[in-house]
Amino acid sequence: MNLSTRYMGIDLKNPVVASASSQTYTLEGVRRLSMGGVGAIVMHSLFEEELLADAEQRARLLEVGSESFPESLSYFPDPLPSKRAQQYLELLERAVATAEVPVIASLNGATPGGWTAHAREMEDAGAAAIELNIHMVPVGPGIDGRRVEELHVEILQQVKAAVHVPVAVKLSPFFSSVAQMASRLDAAGADAVVLFSRFPHPRIDPESLEVIPGVDLSSPVESRLPQTWVALLHGHLQAAIGASGGVEGVEDVVSYLLAGADVVMTTSALLRHGPEYAGSLAEGLALWMSRKGFDALDQVRGLLAVPQGNDAATWQRAQYVDTLRVANANWQGPW
Amino acid sequence: MRVTVDGNEAAASVAYRLNEVCCIYPITPASPMAELADQWSSRDGMNIWGSVPTVIEMQSEAGAAGAMHGALQGGALSTTFTASQGLLLMIPNMYKIAGELTSTVFHVAARSLAAQALSIFGDHSDVMAARQTGFAMLASASVQEAHDLAVIAQRATLEARVPFIHFFDGFRVSHELNTIETLSDDDLQALIPVELVQAHRSRSMSPENPFIRGTSQNPDVYFQAREAVNPYYAATPGIVSEAMDRFAERTGRRYRLVEYVGHPEAERVVVAMGSAAITLRETVANLSANGERVGVLIIRLYRPFPAEDVVEALPASVRSIAVLDRTKEPGSFGEPLFLDLLGAIAEAYQHGEVGVMPLMIGGRYGLSSKEFTPAMAAGIFAELARDQPRRRFTVGINDDVTGTSLPYDTSFDIEPADTVRAVFFGLGSDGTVGANKNTIKIIGAEADMFAQGYFVYDSKKSGSETVSHLRFGRHPIHAPYLITEASFVGCHRFEFLSRAEVLGTAGHGATLLLNAPYPADQVWQMLPRRVQGQLIDKQIQLFVIDAGAIATEVGLGGRVNTVLQTCFFMLSGLMDQERAIEQVKAFIRKSYARRGERVVTANLAAVERAQQELRSVQIPQEVTSTIEVPSLVPASAPEFVRKVVAKMMAGDGDELPVSAMPADGTWPVGTTAFEKRNVSDIVASWDPEACIQCGNCSFVCPHSVIRSKYYSTSRLGEAPVGFKSAPLRAKGLPGTSYTLQVYEEDCTGCALCVEACPITVPGGQGRRAINLAPKGEEMDAERSAVAFFESLPAMKRSRIDFATVRGTQFLEPLFEFSGACSGCGETPYLKLLSQLFGERAVIANATGCSSIYGGNLPTTPWTKDATGHGPAWSNSLFEDNAEFGLGFRLAADQHAKLARERVQRLRSELGPDLVDAILGAPQRTESELQDQRERLDELKRRLEKLDNPIAQDLSSVVDHLRRRSVWIVGGDGWAYDIGSGGVDHILASGRDVNILVLDTEVYSNTGGQMSKATPLGAVAKFAAAGKTAEKKDLALQAMAYGSVYVARVAIGADPQQTLQAFREAEAYEGPSLVIAYSHCIAHGIDMRKGLDQQYRAVASGYWPLVRYDPMMRAMGENPFLLDSPRPRLAFADYAQRELRYSMLASSDPAEAARLAGLAQEAVDQRWATYEEMATRPAHRFPTDGRRDRV
Repeated sequence: MNLSTRYMGIDLKNPVVASASSQTYTLEGVRRLSMGGVGAIVMHSLFEEELLADAEQRARLLEVGSESFPESLSYFPDPLPSKRAQQYLELLERAVATAEVPVIASLNGATPGGWTAHAREMEDAGAAAIELNIHMVPVGPGIDGRRVEELHVEILQQVKAAVHVPVAVKLSPFFSSVAQMASRLDAAGADAVVLFSRFPHPRIDPESLEVIPGVDLSSPVESRLPQTWVALLHGHLQAAIGASGGVEGVEDVVSYLLAGADVVMTTSALLRHGPEYAGSLAEGLALWMSRKGFDALDQVRGLLAVPQGNDAATWQRAQYVDTLRVANANWQGPW
Repeated sequence: MRVTVDGNEAAASVAYRLNEVCCIYPITPASPMAELADQWSSRDGMNIWGSVPTVIEMQSEAGAAGAMHGALQGGALSTTFTASQGLLLMIPNMYKIAGELTSTVFHVAARSLAAQALSIFGDHSDVMAARQTGFAMLASASVQEAHDLAVIAQRATLEARVPFIHFFDGFRVSHELNTIETLSDDDLQALIPVELVQAHRSRSMSPENPFIRGTSQNPDVYFQAREAVNPYYAATPGIVSEAMDRFAERTGRRYRLVEYVGHPEAERVVVAMGSAAITLRETVANLSANGERVGVLIIRLYRPFPAEDVVEALPASVRSIAVLDRTKEPGSFGEPLFLDLLGAIAEAYQHGEVGVMPLMIGGRYGLSSKEFTPAMAAGIFAELARDQPRRRFTVGINDDVTGTSLPYDTSFDIEPADTVRAVFFGLGSDGTVGANKNTIKIIGAEADMFAQGYFVYDSKKSGSETVSHLRFGRHPIHAPYLITEASFVGCHRFEFLSRAEVLGTAGHGATLLLNAPYPADQVWQMLPRRVQGQLIDKQIQLFVIDAGAIATEVGLGGRVNTVLQTCFFMLSGLMDQERAIEQVKAFIRKSYARRGERVVTANLAAVERAQQELRSVQIPQEVTSTIEVPSLVPASAPEFVRKVVAKMMAGDGDELPVSAMPADGTWPVGTTAFEKRNVSDIVASWDPEACIQCGNCSFVCPHSVIRSKYYSTSRLGEAPVGFKSAPLRAKGLPGTSYTLQVYEEDCTGCALCVEACPITVPGGQGRRAINLAPKGEEMDAERSAVAFFESLPAMKRSRIDFATVRGTQFLEPLFEFSGACSGCGETPYLKLLSQLFGERAVIANATGCSSIYGGNLPTTPWTKDATGHGPAWSNSLFEDNAEFGLGFRLAADQHAKLARERVQRLRSELGPDLVDAILGAPQRTESELQDQRERLDELKRRLEKLDNPIAQDLSSVVDHLRRRSVWIVGGDGWAYDIGSGGVDHILASGRDVNILVLDTEVYSNTGGQMSKATPLGAVAKFAAAGKTAEKKDLALQAMAYGSVYVARVAIGADPQQTLQAFREAEAYEGPSLVIAYSHCIAHGIDMRKGLDQQYRAVASGYWPLVRYDPMMRAMGENPFLLDSPRPRLAFADYAQRELRYSMLASSDPAEAARLAGLAQEAVDQRWATYEEMATRPAHRFPTDGRRDRV
């Protein structure tokens, strides 16, 4: 079965893509992913914010107690420049050389200059594409939603102007109009949109009275939201669509493809079952296709997307009402 | 090229580029030279021959000198940077190096020697103690000279083959920033002929051309061989002179071996070496412009002494000469430079080379960086004009004991009016010094401007205050002394006005920039009377700004430096204002770029806000304030404290006369109790309801500001309002109350107590039973609470449970309120020592942090209890501390033996029962020791009544009948490195001493240099790329003897184990070694998390808690106890929270990962070894030979 496909103009042997995770922290991890059967690898993100926080903390600790006592005007040797960004780039370069599949770099910038500079460096290091992880959580009540949207577009435009490789934008689901946001990014030149990034919600532990950082792996039910939006956006964008979230088994991969995704990304499943699981997913997909009589992905992709020209909102509302009715029928309390 | 650098950098930049090997050991004030060399080397900086010099840190200066000697014999151009005791330790090798005619230059930041006390400051005691070694000596007087003479010395030594000491005044030159012209690599190459370098190499040891050096010579030839070097020494002055000529040709800067400056027909001449010569030269210019026939003779080459040049340089008209020495040789006929001059001129006179023998006098000045000012210089010329000048004199102090000191007119001022003189009072932590250094660099970089900066730091490490002295002008600045008539004063903290004499340095019409947390129109009424008076009298212009508020607003926290720096540029008129602001901003962008955009933006915002918020305050005609400057010490303080210590605390120690000083370095204990420093606005606050009275907080408090007592509840009737109390949580003591008293005025707000508190108040949002809270407004109420607490009776020691942390909180600390860093990891151990054993302890303290916060004047923390007993403490040196402490033991044992013999002889007179009880007393437990104390009190009463010589003799040693606790205390720099041989020897001696190693794993006091205790993978100075050798396992080494009690402890991980180890160590009759994990500012941690890091060090298995008790072995048990549980954290989970480890992860992630892997491996291996030891049968441990005797 031919599972090959194109994503942002890049040829992939199959549509299962390893999304950004700790698996790419080491070259060995990258190698295993590559051997495990994925179609492409998205590296973990370079977090400029972290680099800056690291530099800031370093500077702060260096200053503690300095210039106070005549015998010890400092406590550390003059620090050598930080190589943390360089470390990422070196790993990326070696990953590109090692992996037999395309390697996409992921960038989470923090400053206007940082986005473009790091993107250029990633391109130079051989990244097949760059995924912008614009992870902006507008927690403050004073932050204007429109401004958040503009920032996404501005960052994309700057990076596009800076590099020649394709650029994807990973979106959060928290926009008033996800579709419009995707369209604006599309118009601004995005080569792909990835739906969606996960916001690690913290959890409250009532026993210890503590807030526990949310680092749980995703579960299949989480695929519903991205799947819905993939279905709605399919056919409306020039940009490719990457689907991300809640992939556990073959059926989840298939569902995303049916909804219209160009590629299906997974982290949790690979973390749970190991990198080789990507191969199983691809094989399962091939089996399903042959069972269902498809012989190319194009025949599958978007089969269950919202039909073009239809009133998508009506379609969705109808689905929603159905869903609610079913829920009310099935979930009754003990009273 | 013009740069603004300090003397250390000026000298090191030349020395580094002209050498191949640097063997060093850290010592103030020379350390920065070595650190710079290491920094350049680690960044592959090259010498002028294109190779990267090797920089190696040794275990002591003696080691550095030995390695140097070897490197030189190996043919490498080698140097060292040192000072003071360090130079003394090099002396044996210096004789060898000189005796073998070996070319080298030692660069020395000249410093005082430890005599009646240690001093880190500058004078010539050290170099003068090396003048007989055969080294030539070249003295630089300024930052520029330190740069220039460094190369002149190098050229001369290569040509003459005589080794050189190139020295300059410690701190005054080594740490003064000044604008200089630098020497390029081309300049250096032009001045150092490569043939000389090759000739040096050709003399090296080589198996291809073998010869023997270091022979042993006998009466037949040693003498002649010693004389064989004479021609080399005779040629040296000429060679130096020639080098100076070549230098002048190349650079236009002209130096002479001996330089005369002044009136061509001078009658009075002063001779000096070092920075004082600059002051004299400027003073002479001023005096001779007014027609006085005076001059100064500047000595640059001191050895070989250029007698002919001296005689030639002096004008024939000279009738009287004063020779100044910056050293003291008690008992000598005169100090060395004076004697040399006197001899040279007398001899020349005898031979008719000078027509008239001038009157010659010799004086001392400037010991330990004592100021030497133009006023003092003028005073010396005035003395020379007298008919009968003093033959020997001192200047700069008031010697009211032997009358040596000269009077002088303190108002004499020669500084050019167009020099901007600015003095800034700041806190170490507020960035004032850093900002001033930036200001100097900004202004020094302007084409037509010159800048100078000198910084006076605190004697305390917490809440330290700094005073910056900055000069700016259109001409090079030659003023190596502090500013006395400032045109600008910056007071960066409002409270300073009540504590320090801020306006004492302000000149008439000066500008005062005051950081005030009040609106401009309210500032006047908040000023103390004294300050208002000074503002009016001196017609000072007052400008104010609330820098703290702006810094907070823009997100800089407490860093007020940028705000105030901007104000300085606006007010000083030094540069066009727009350009100045532009430059400040450019500097911010450059120097803060590394820290990220946020910090840059915040600082830029601070510049803007400062410009908007600076306000001028109109000074009224009359003083209106009723606020008096409070007295620094209470009226109830002892006379010595009021009259002497208080003056030093106020910064007026310079005014104290000689008669106020103890002649032998003996000072009273317990003086920190009188210095209420109020360094923190937030302090510990006790919650009596929540507290379970466990004592953990007081156990870990580094500053002894948390104390506990229990007492009859009836006493509370007398308690002042606000005195906190709770019912005692203990069975069997009804009607008893408990108080945990916080000494708020001494608290540094370090929060270790909060971290140590086991209680989390339910629903209290993280509140503990002790918390940090803003200091109360009512200091008087706080003081009465403390006074009442102190009036409550102390617990009887025999009734306290010494075995538990809970019990020890009731023991009075006899180590209190030290000036150690806030949250210090060492001091809790010392406090515990003082609580447990202080009333019968003698302590030998190695030089280092603990000797500084333990013994740095004006006030010291070791104290005594109400009965007058307490630790007797002394610091000898850095290298000899173990031996020093052993000496205490030897004396104590000897006198105990003597006392036992004497008391036995007086058995019948003194009462057989009492004598037998005394001689037979077991003295292990506290109650036994207390019983013995009571018996001895009775014995002393009986002795008083006896009138016989044996009784008198017994009285002089009777205290030794109570077991004395000898403690040998120091840091890892001492125990692992410089004092390692001594520690080892004392451990092997079998004597009853206790060694406490406060292990910070780095040289903390001198600023973070690597020691052999520095762990694998950590970054330190001299290990910038991460240390690649594993930390020495001192515990295991000591255990190998079998006769040493050994413990490794960490108070933050297991306080109970710490307590147990201290008690066992002390009770053990033999040598004990306690190695104590001491978190430190030099680890690069948030000091609040110090205890947590200790916990992690132990939980990761990096710092296994162990005890090794030879008594157990003697009883047939396994003596090795592994007290900490199996590792349950990865080493990285401990290490990566500290900058010393994480720094490498930033700069070289791959190497950091490699070293972290090795470190984890080492942890695992050590743990496996320990676990095996813990299960070994007793017979596989060594036997203690002292106990095995039948």
